[in-house]
Amino acid sequence: MTEAMIKTPDRLPVVVKGILRRVKELFQILEPYLYLAPAFIIFTVFVFAPLIFSIYLSFTNWDLISKGADFIWFKNYLRLAHNKNFWGAVENTIYFTIGIVPAQIVLALISALLLNTKVKFKSLFRSIYFLPVIVPITVTAIVWLFIFSPSYGILNYLIGLVGLPQPSWLYDPVWALPALMVLAVWTNFGYFTVIFLAGLQSIPGELIEAAEIDGANKWQSFWKITFPLLSPTTFLVLIMSIIGGFQIYQTVVLTTEGGPAGATNVIVYELYRTAFEYFDMGYASAMATLLFFLLFSFTLIQFKVVGSRVHYG
Amino acid sequence: MGLTKKTSISFKVKPGWVSFILLALGSLIIVMPLLWMLSTSLKSMTGVYKFPPGLIPRPIMWQNYIDAWNSANFPRYFLNSTIVAVVVTLGELTTSSLAAFAFARMKFRGSNLLFLMVLGTLMIPKEILLIPNYVILKQLDWLNSYLALTVPFMAGAFGIFILRQHFLTIHQDLEDAAIMDGCSRLRFLLSIVIPNSKPALAAVAVFSFITNWNSYIWPLIVTRDDSLRTIQVGLSAFKDAETSGANTNWALLMAASVTTLVPVIIIYAFAQEWFTEGYITSGIRG
Repeated sequence: MTEAMIKTPDRLPVVVKGILRRVKELFQILEPYLYLAPAFIIFTVFVFAPLIFSIYLSFTNWDLISKGADFIWFKNYLRLAHNKNFWGAVENTIYFTIGIVPAQIVLALISALLLNTKVKFKSLFRSIYFLPVIVPITVTAIVWLFIFSPSYGILNYLIGLVGLPQPSWLYDPVWALPALMVLAVWTNFGYFTVIFLAGLQSIPGELIEAAEIDGANKWQSFWKITFPLLSPTTFLVLIMSIIGGFQIYQTVVLTTEGGPAGATNVIVYELYRTAFEYFDMGYASAMATLLFFLLFSFTLIQFKVVGSRVHYG
Repeated sequence: MGLTKKTSISFKVKPGWVSFILLALGSLIIVMPLLWMLSTSLKSMTGVYKFPPGLIPRPIMWQNYIDAWNSANFPRYFLNSTIVAVVVTLGELTTSSLAAFAFARMKFRGSNLLFLMVLGTLMIPKEILLIPNYVILKQLDWLNSYLALTVPFMAGAFGIFILRQHFLTIHQDLEDAAIMDGCSRLRFLLSIVIPNSKPALAAVAVFSFITNWNSYIWPLIVTRDDSLRTIQVGLSAFKDAETSGANTNWALLMAASVTTLVPVIIIYAFAQEWFTEGYITSGIRG
């Protein structure tokens, strides 16, 4: 037997060959998973596990510095229920969302309708409308901080020309959040324009033409044909817009930091501050968990409407 | 049957002109803040506060850009952002190519479930993940390091979707021929599929680079040293340092902002299609 093993592989005992074949089969089966592994390891460690971890943390009172933490069941949630700041933030967030959603939908729809016509430089316009979406948030914040500057900003200058009172915008508890709404709409309505555009382009041209041949004017053909056929897209934009409204916080970090007097404190900002200024990780995780369930429900609705395969292949 | 062209109002010339004017007006309004930023960046201090304010700076202070560049550790910030963006992009290209290849060209148990999981990563709001990821990095002792800035982002759903769609179009005959020639799956991927997927890879690369370039909150919370700051964090720190009521040097701030924006604009100018698709698929908004 020893002699046979020293000779060429062809002479390997049947047992070893069998094992090699099994290994090869095993590898064939495992191969796809090995290809998926790098991406999925990253996803697991930095997306899925953190999600579970966050929910777990919400049941503890960990503050990042202490050695250990106690499992305090729902105490964080009870504390949250009585947290005036938090509910103020919820109120601000809802107010903010109500402010931006109609504006984004209307502006995006009008722009998309205009872009859907035979107009010169269409793709240039489309690029310009989408441009604010890709501008880094820090740049957007600085630009608008200057525009909204009470004494030196161009906005108040223009308002002054017309003789109207000039609010302190980001320094005024009444106008701070509306100012951020303007910022948000400027930044994002191009995003929804592109989505509406895709929706419009999926409406068969014959329908409109047939209507026009039958004597319908633009207004009628829009309301009776285009708009109804566009309703899934409109609904999608509505949901995404609402989700976006609830997620706002980076501009708050960069401009008002929740002020003045808590006027721009929004849910995610309160979360951010609780976690990274007060390091009250358990408590902040409770906020995060609540927010997750809220947003995830909306996102589920959104994905149901889109039909995930259509968009993501 | 009949006409199958897309919806467009095309009867008379007039409607086209109305649309054009309205779109142009809208574009102007959208671009105005950025134009104002550019204009302010080239003004002198007195020009900024001049009353009434004008659009064209007189004199044109190119010096502002040099001053802004030297006012803070911007060279370092730029370098950091570039390193991070490049590393993450390469990482994402790698993990996405491998995963997309598996999804596109291999049959295996659980492929639908795993694909749904990839989709799932897009459905989880990023704000929720800030705290737990921060904690995880703290335990790994990765805080305040390039690892923290790069590793969490080296895989992304968009890349997997786009590359999978593209890989699906590669003819099975090509793969069969390669295998008959003794080529392993991996070699097939590396030597044949990848070189034939340049546009798709470019799309993923562009999208990954810019989203990482623009990233603000994450680099903000995981880095403490000035030497690790990315451009966005550096810019916001600069803003905090410079903003002081009446003494704010807005021209300098605008110059720094323009400098931060320029790489994004340049890449956007060349690759809008990919940008837009990436942003929309991933649901990222400003």
